Amino acid sequence: MRTEWQNDFAAALRNPDATLPPGIRDGRGAPRARRFAVYRNNHFVSLIDALADAYPVVQRLVGDEFFRAMAKVFVATNAPRSPVMLEYGAGFAEFLDEFEPVAQLPYLADVARLEWAWLSSYHAADADGIDATSLTVLLPTQVDVLQLQFHPAAQLVCSRWPILSIWEANVVDEGDGQIKPDAGPESVLLNRPRESVDVRRLPPGGGAFIQQLMNGLNLAAAAALATKARSDFDLPGNLQGLLESGAVIGFSVPGNGATRENCDTGV
Amino acid sequence: MSASKISTAGVAGALALAISGAALTTQTAHAADMEKCYGVSEAGKNDCAAGPGTTCAGSSVIDWQGNAWKLVPAGTCESIEVEGGRTGSLKALDRDLP
Amino acid sequence: MTRSSFEDDTSPGPIPACAGVGLRATHYRDVLENSPDMGWFEVHPENYMGDGGPPHRYLTAIRERYPLSMHGVGLSIAGQERPDPAHLQRLRELLHRYEPGLFSEHLAWSSAGTQFLNDLLPVPYDDGTLARVVEHIDAVQSFLGRQLLLENPATYLRFSDDVLTEIEFLGTVAQRSGCGLLLDVNNVHVSAVNHGFDAANYIDSFPVGHVGEIHIAGHTTDEGESSATLLIDSHNRRVAEPVWQLLARALARTGPLPVLVEWDSELPAWEVLADEARRADELLAGLHDFSSGELALAH
Repeated sequence: MRTEWQNDFAAALRNPDATLPPGIRDGRGAPRARRFAVYRNNHFVSLIDALADAYPVVQRLVGDEFFRAMAKVFVATNAPRSPVMLEYGAGFAEFLDEFEPVAQLPYLADVARLEWAWLSSYHAADADGIDATSLTVLLPTQVDVLQLQFHPAAQLVCSRWPILSIWEANVVDEGDGQIKPDAGPESVLLNRPRESVDVRRLPPGGGAFIQQLMNGLNLAAAAALATKARSDFDLPGNLQGLLESGAVIGFSVPGNGATRENCDTGV
Repeated sequence: MSASKISTAGVAGALALAISGAALTTQTAHAADMEKCYGVSEAGKNDCAAGPGTTCAGSSVIDWQGNAWKLVPAGTCESIEVEGGRTGSLKALDRDLP
Repeated sequence: MTRSSFEDDTSPGPIPACAGVGLRATHYRDVLENSPDMGWFEVHPENYMGDGGPPHRYLTAIRERYPLSMHGVGLSIAGQERPDPAHLQRLRELLHRYEPGLFSEHLAWSSAGTQFLNDLLPVPYDDGTLARVVEHIDAVQSFLGRQLLLENPATYLRFSDDVLTEIEFLGTVAQRSGCGLLLDVNNVHVSAVNHGFDAANYIDSFPVGHVGEIHIAGHTTDEGESSATLLIDSHNRRVAEPVWQLLARALARTGPLPVLVEWDSELPAWEVLADEARRADELLAGLHDFSSGELALAH
């Protein structure tokens, strides 16, 4: 058999219209197509199941039948590139952006982004947030240029839609799925300070502020941009929430050579 | 906290306020964490089992780029109202035949 | 890697010759809070290839209390390409971190080019496949620095190019690569029904000297096929009676070995899984009584 026969087999596996690959038999006279369909079924169904596991809220929003049909289109165009299934499903939000049958649900892709962020946070490396009091050693001039180091599990999702309200109403079976019509845009910070993923709705300007900090801007610059974006941006409140979330695991003051991580109280 | 108060207090003052607030509230949720999380996610799990039964489930063609896509979202999305007052008045997407 | 490098390493190591079960997240709580009497656990390493978080915390806690085995599903040992170096690297780190007593993989392929197909796909039993599988196992064992147990597959198709029996194929691979074998008794039954061979004969001629672990699991009958019974290796129910009988037959040849109950979908309450393990332990205990009490009958 040619060495590359597996390419033909794989192509036939992923295309239900394809003819069967050559050289296969069933061993006892049953139709070969039916036997080959077992493998084709395993391929599609296991990957659709993986997406359903990763995106339970999207599934609830569109219903099981629609979700599985939609997931099959995604699977057909996005084969996994890694044998690690907990990584499969990245890019589903971008797929939904372009998938015309859900164009009437403009929030759906951002809800998918939130679900993927949750999983990324769940599986990210462990780290400890800093004790907020370790920042009290800084001089006011140092605070202005302070740069923050984020937890590997810290994820930010900003949306024009009330994605966290939608997520909360659908993530548990008891949720009624009802969303208040006046719920506006929502930005969400996720982190896993200890065992469970912590999901926070950010106050006005909070998404822009944290995004700039994650990009490496210093505290004063990020605060200025957030204030420009939202005049009601509350710097102390946003900082307090950020420190409480455990998403900050270290800080540095450029030019000072000083980088402190995870400083314990009294050290 | 108003915007005018931020500008007078400065960034350092804001941080000091944040720290004093955070220090009061950080030592809360610890003990219950482990229990809360049990079995919460086996999302995208690997296993070595085959899907039972349905040998046909992988064999049907679903082509949304043709006119075959007649499915309508039928979950809780219909109860979400979005900007402009549109609610989930959902019907199968009408498409021109290719 | 030559056979001599591993021939002293075919013992199960810290995995005891008793029943264990496949561990899924659903049962973390049952295990960690009740510390049930269970010989050992087995996991798929791919489910612990995230950087951190609760899965590692739970597996660490379980590893501290029970022997642990790892059963891979991602190496594509019989694939046309050599095993993915990035996947091997992650596997090596995981094996180093958890030091499982046994490590096994499947006689199957699951990757082609850049695509991972997430299923254990069949291969023809011919000389070309044999050479490639031996080469890949050599590379894996060298890189990981430990022996691999290779599992006989459950298959739905065979190939016109088959020139060896599955048993000849597995025995030769074990001889040439120094790998051990994992005898999946349910897979034997599923393949025997699907391809019309005699499962008891298969067990009787399996190269048991290489076997380091045995698997049992539940399977389903596909209703769609009318012309001949088609069994699916679904791991979603209790072990079927014919498979228990094959297990007894296999253990009579191998002697006491670690026996794993696999259950991967439609997971039952912990007690059901524990009950399946108890039945396997009873078989193993009977074997022990037999061998100590009637040693003269042993061949």
